[in-house]
Amino acid sequence: MAKRIDVSDLNVYYGDFKAVEGVSMTVEPRSVTAFIGPSGCGKSTFLRTLNRMHEVTPGGRVEGKVMLDDQDLYAPSMDPVHVRRTVGMVFQRPNPFPTMSIFDNVAAGLRLNGVKSRSTLEGIVEKSLRGANLWNEVKDRLNKPGAGLSGGQQQRLCIARAIAVQPQVLLMDEPCSALDPISTLAIEELIIRLKSEYTIVIVTHNMQQAARVSDRTAFFNIKATGEPGRLIELDDTAKIFNNPSMKATEDYISGRFG
Amino acid sequence: MSTTSLPTPTGQPTESRAAGRSGRAGDRLFSGATTISGIIVIGIVTLIGVFLIAQAIPALLRNNANFLTSREWSPGGDHPRFGILEFLWTTVTSSLIAMALAVPVGVGVALFITQYAPRWLRRPAANLVDLLAAVPSIVYGLWGLLTFRAVIRPFEQFLQQKFGWFPLFAPTPISGGTIFFIGIVLAIMILPIVTALSREVFDQTPAAHKEGALALGATHWEMIRTSVLPFGKPGVISASMLALGRALGETIAVTFLVSALAGGTPWTWSLFNGGETFASKIANNAAEFSNPNKTGAYIAAGLVLFVLTFVVNSIARVVIERRKAFSE
Ligand SMILES: Nc1ncnc2c1ncn2[C@@H]1O[C@H](COP(=O)(O)OP(=O)(O)OP(=O)(O)O)[C@@H](O)[C@H]1O
Ligand SMILES: [Mg+2]
Repeated sequence: MAKRIDVSDLNVYYGDFKAVEGVSMTVEPRSVTAFIGPSGCGKSTFLRTLNRMHEVTPGGRVEGKVMLDDQDLYAPSMDPVHVRRTVGMVFQRPNPFPTMSIFDNVAAGLRLNGVKSRSTLEGIVEKSLRGANLWNEVKDRLNKPGAGLSGGQQQRLCIARAIAVQPQVLLMDEPCSALDPISTLAIEELIIRLKSEYTIVIVTHNMQQAARVSDRTAFFNIKATGEPGRLIELDDTAKIFNNPSMKATEDYISGRFG
Repeated sequence: MSTTSLPTPTGQPTESRAAGRSGRAGDRLFSGATTISGIIVIGIVTLIGVFLIAQAIPALLRNNANFLTSREWSPGGDHPRFGILEFLWTTVTSSLIAMALAVPVGVGVALFITQYAPRWLRRPAANLVDLLAAVPSIVYGLWGLLTFRAVIRPFEQFLQQKFGWFPLFAPTPISGGTIFFIGIVLAIMILPIVTALSREVFDQTPAAHKEGALALGATHWEMIRTSVLPFGKPGVISASMLALGRALGETIAVTFLVSALAGGTPWTWSLFNGGETFASKIANNAAEFSNPNKTGAYIAAGLVLFVLTFVVNSIARVVIERRKAFSE
């Protein structure tokens, strides 16, 4: 199920502005990789190239190569819709579909895939909600609107929605930044649990979070505003936090950034 | 107000309470002003209503025919006989034809402008639609009379020949301002309203909803179906109701175009019949308002139009309310 991501020499643009330059990295299957770095260094931008969401932004374009096992995500014949069904995404702000019930939110992706049978849907919805650690809280109100949940519950609903279609990779862009510590903890536990089935990439500003959930950590940096962001180093999380190879990483980790 | 520069424990609350009081005075002023305007508006509407009903009742009492089910219209004389059935039928069917054509096309155009058109085209296209919404109805009336009638005529004949067995399409001798033709002109008139308002709401679909759908692997159309359309639905309903209100009450263009039926013409279901709408009937006969009994009959007809619009709007409200819990 889980797949390896192989990025080589990727440049990412917004129109003429080069936001990210020369990124090459490998993300192992069944692992959690954290992206850290100062604001504006292109973590979100780069993350969104991994499921071809970047090109949804007007003017967004990408140079370079992203391989998912042996599939070239940017091959001309590759359908971005197919890529997004394979690589799921959870956004910084919870974004359940407001007009849909909790059940329909989780079932949305399945319905897009043509699953119609009510019993199949019910089975997968329950499994996904359990997987996202939300089942017990919502099992009595599956037909209530998803927007009526708390922020933390909404974010777990979004995770359930993303895993319901059984993607091979799960991308998360600061999934806890809008949440309280308890919801954050719930989601971190969830990430660790999901790791056994998915390749997970998570952007976070919270160093402790990166240290708690990730196996590998990638540090991104920019020289100055207007310059493109670059990948400084990617290594085992323990190494990045205790003994990074690059001085810039050490400065950032120890708070001597800027 | 004397304030010490030292923030003493007693000074602090006094100050904030004073600030609070002046804020409250502003609140009172504002809420007073809005309450008064509200009362004035409600008062005016009520007075208009009372006036109209007071004018209509004597005429209705003298009426020798059933006001709601009769097709006769001779409100003058000692034994007035008048009913609104013909106007009701013409008004409602022509407006329904207009809605059936304008709402799907308008929503489609709005979707095209906001979701499919290349970026450089969106602004100009949107402006063009807004401009169309501002064309006065007399222009549509003239255009319908001079140009468009000849365009629609062959199509009407075709429908009558091929589908004449269907009561709504039954052949009639009328050529010109048929209900069908009026409906199409009304559709063209309300199309810009539906389009402009729908475009506005579709444009406001939060990017987060659209990206949420796309990230699940929705195609462009599926994204529109899962995020743009549900988000825009209440807006589209309001837009349609506004448009329907305009179609029901449209006067100038319809008055210009309708083929009034001679008194005593036998009833048919056909859309290719002529007939007058409430608005055109009243406008065409403004000269008869000399006599209070006749005037009362027309006012009663106008009241029915008012009730019709009111009911349509209430239904729309209910529909929107029911979905409210499911929108932000
Ligand atoms: N839609 C956009 N159009 C143009 N430039 C953009 C757009 N989104 C981001 N950028 C630019 O791209 C660069 C990288 O932004 P990005 O959002 O990827 O940073 P980030 O590392 O995720 O920051 P943060 O930690 O604050 O989320 C920034 O210079 C930003 O201004
Ligand atoms: Mg970001």
